Amino acid sequence: MTTVLEGVVRLGVWLLVAPLLPGLICKVKAWMAGRRGPPVLQLYYDLAKLWRKGVVVSTLASPGFVAGPAVAWVAVLGAALLLPLGPLDAMLSFPGDVLLLIYLLALARFATAWAALETGSAFEGMGAAREVSFAVLAEAAVITAILTLSWKSRSLSLPTMLEPSAGPGTVLLAVGLFTVLLAENCRVPFDDPNTHLELTMIHEVMVLDHSGPLLAAVLHGAAMKLLLFAALLVQAVLPLGELTAPAAAAALIAGVLLVTVAVGLVESWLARCAFRRVPLLLTTAFLLCVFALLTAWNGGAT
Amino acid sequence: MNPTPAFALLTNGTALPWAEVPAWPMPEFLDQVGASLTRGGRLSSLFGVPMSEGGALQLVAVLAFDASNTLAVGRSQPFTGTFPALTVHHPQAHLFEREIWEQHGAVPQGHPWLKPVRQDHGAGPAVGEFFRVDGREVHEVAVGPVHAGIIEPGHFRFQCAGEEVLHLEIALGYQHRGVEEALPGGPHRASVHQIETLAGDTTIAHATAYAGVLEALAGTEAPLRAQWLRAIALELERLANHTGDLGALAGDVAFLPTASACGKIRGDFLNLTALLCGNRFGRGLVRPGGCAWELEPERLARLRAGLDTALRDVQQAAAWLWDATAVRARFENTGRLEASQAREIGLVGPAARACGLVRDVRFDHPTGWYRFAQVPVSVWPDGDVFARARVRWLEIQRAGEFLRELFDTAPDGPLHLPLPPPAPNTLAVALVEGWRGEVCHVALTNAQGRLHRYKLTDPSFHNWTGLALALRGQAISDFPLCNKSFNLSYCGFDL
Repeated sequence: MTTVLEGVVRLGVWLLVAPLLPGLICKVKAWMAGRRGPPVLQLYYDLAKLWRKGVVVSTLASPGFVAGPAVAWVAVLGAALLLPLGPLDAMLSFPGDVLLLIYLLALARFATAWAALETGSAFEGMGAAREVSFAVLAEAAVITAILTLSWKSRSLSLPTMLEPSAGPGTVLLAVGLFTVLLAENCRVPFDDPNTHLELTMIHEVMVLDHSGPLLAAVLHGAAMKLLLFAALLVQAVLPLGELTAPAAAAALIAGVLLVTVAVGLVESWLARCAFRRVPLLLTTAFLLCVFALLTAWNGGAT
Repeated sequence: MNPTPAFALLTNGTALPWAEVPAWPMPEFLDQVGASLTRGGRLSSLFGVPMSEGGALQLVAVLAFDASNTLAVGRSQPFTGTFPALTVHHPQAHLFEREIWEQHGAVPQGHPWLKPVRQDHGAGPAVGEFFRVDGREVHEVAVGPVHAGIIEPGHFRFQCAGEEVLHLEIALGYQHRGVEEALPGGPHRASVHQIETLAGDTTIAHATAYAGVLEALAGTEAPLRAQWLRAIALELERLANHTGDLGALAGDVAFLPTASACGKIRGDFLNLTALLCGNRFGRGLVRPGGCAWELEPERLARLRAGLDTALRDVQQAAAWLWDATAVRARFENTGRLEASQAREIGLVGPAARACGLVRDVRFDHPTGWYRFAQVPVSVWPDGDVFARARVRWLEIQRAGEFLRELFDTAPDGPLHLPLPPPAPNTLAVALVEGWRGEVCHVALTNAQGRLHRYKLTDPSFHNWTGLALALRGQAISDFPLCNKSFNLSYCGFDL
């Protein structure tokens, strides 16, 4: 009975809390610019509106166009359920679940790119090409970060890996993962979630042709992915396993909020970088994670 | 004698009898125009004048010699059918010749890319041939006319190898309203309103040019106080648009501080124009014969105070922009246009000045108040997005200083005088340096003193080609940034 209840709570967190984060980022940006900004709950209103709308499907698109966002959404949710949430252990955990998490995220990306190519539009093909090129570097950084945690805890299961802090390489890991979070979630300086300029988009341009409930799935999936990366970052850095359950929960919530505000501040202060510089930034994130790994390795040997 | 012995010479804002405009046989006319362009003249306008009887056509060329502050006008003898294209040797004629072909059916023979300029003949402007690059790796990207944001409609066809743009072709005409066609027979009651809405952000510049042409045709000029007020309105228009552009450039690279601030400050400048005449774009202010709204000392004081505040704000917003290395990295070496290219295609306005060309109608061909008080020409040498942003900033500063000087030198006298009717069979030319560049109006009256032909040339007509050239070899993702750095008018082009 408790397991069922816990599962409901966890699902509730992922499904209901996730859309709060983009709203908070918008609010931070608005405040920094001296504006009032849209309501924090704007994404919820948008999702509700989109859900009631119809879908326009190109006559050229195969069923992949519809299946893509659905598969991506399910994959992200699946990945999210593998992630422990502070005192709440993961819904499902087994040795090697971290590999499943990585593959589920890759599957989500594949499904989105697949749906984008289905439209046959030059824009979306361009966006898919950009997304997968940059993903090569971003994934390398994530995998290195996971290796660091895994080496540190001698485990391949997320709950065990995320319990202690990352040790001496924490700062390196935090910066590296934060950079990856920005890239994976199409935030400045990698992408501009606010732009209306289809030629400059990465992620947004892949979903230009999606509408109605399909677009709602895309937007909600993106919000969950942001929460997933924020929760992963906080748990990788903070030794939540060493705290009592309420303290761990509080620390997790505070950490996620801090990350959200930090994203908003980065977007307020930084300009977007040119595409040719994106690989440089992502390589930097990768190297930071490599150094975190080296530190963990050395720390483990002594 | 002067550099062009054969052409009829005149200064900006004056008129001369049609009979005094030299008429050459077509080959000689083209030789003369070509030779003048080679000598460093600039094609301000080239257009056809249909003869009243028969189907014959005369070509009229208005050349600007910026260094010697003169304009030269010449025409061809009436002809029908075809004429050898000037474009072959002088690319700056290419749109003008396409336009002549479109409007009058006279074929410029040897024109390398003869297709309609703006009229769609029912099929839509984007339909038709586009320049194509072949190759397995080459792909074509079509953008517009419906865009993802709320901007004017235009179609952009890119030939790309991966992210690199090999060629860009721009097809416009979606907002063709037929203003040029509506003007002959006039001036009508609606004419001044049509001119004011030709390009909404260039209301003052177009209205001033229109007023200048009608005043020249009537053999008079606006009262001094009206000229003074027009200069104030023109510089306010420049301030508002340049500020908006700096903000939009920041917005395109997702640099929030300047983007947010400039959007607001642009509104402040527009409100100052509203203080002048009740309309934020300056509609209803400039009228042939003078200005319609007096600026009393009390409102002048409010204008002065408002300007000081807005200039202080824009100073801060621009400082954020120039201090951000991330912004500089995006602006520098993006969308570069060489000075030689700019000269060849006849670029005007801030875009030309950002290539190091000293071209400013306010300085080269001063009319109105600019004859008494001069604004230094703001030039930057690099030709990239950074240079175009920088020239805008320099012009904001200079326009601010100029306005402060203007406020202290208000002349007395009437604001508006009744305008005598236009002289018959007369040609008048007026150039105005709008915020986007040279606005050129040419009018020709018939024997009854009504308008027979009215030729409008918006700066965008010269500059769209510049954008297409600046994009070559660039990343396609930098197109919006380059486009914004030119910020050309679609409706000003479409007429």
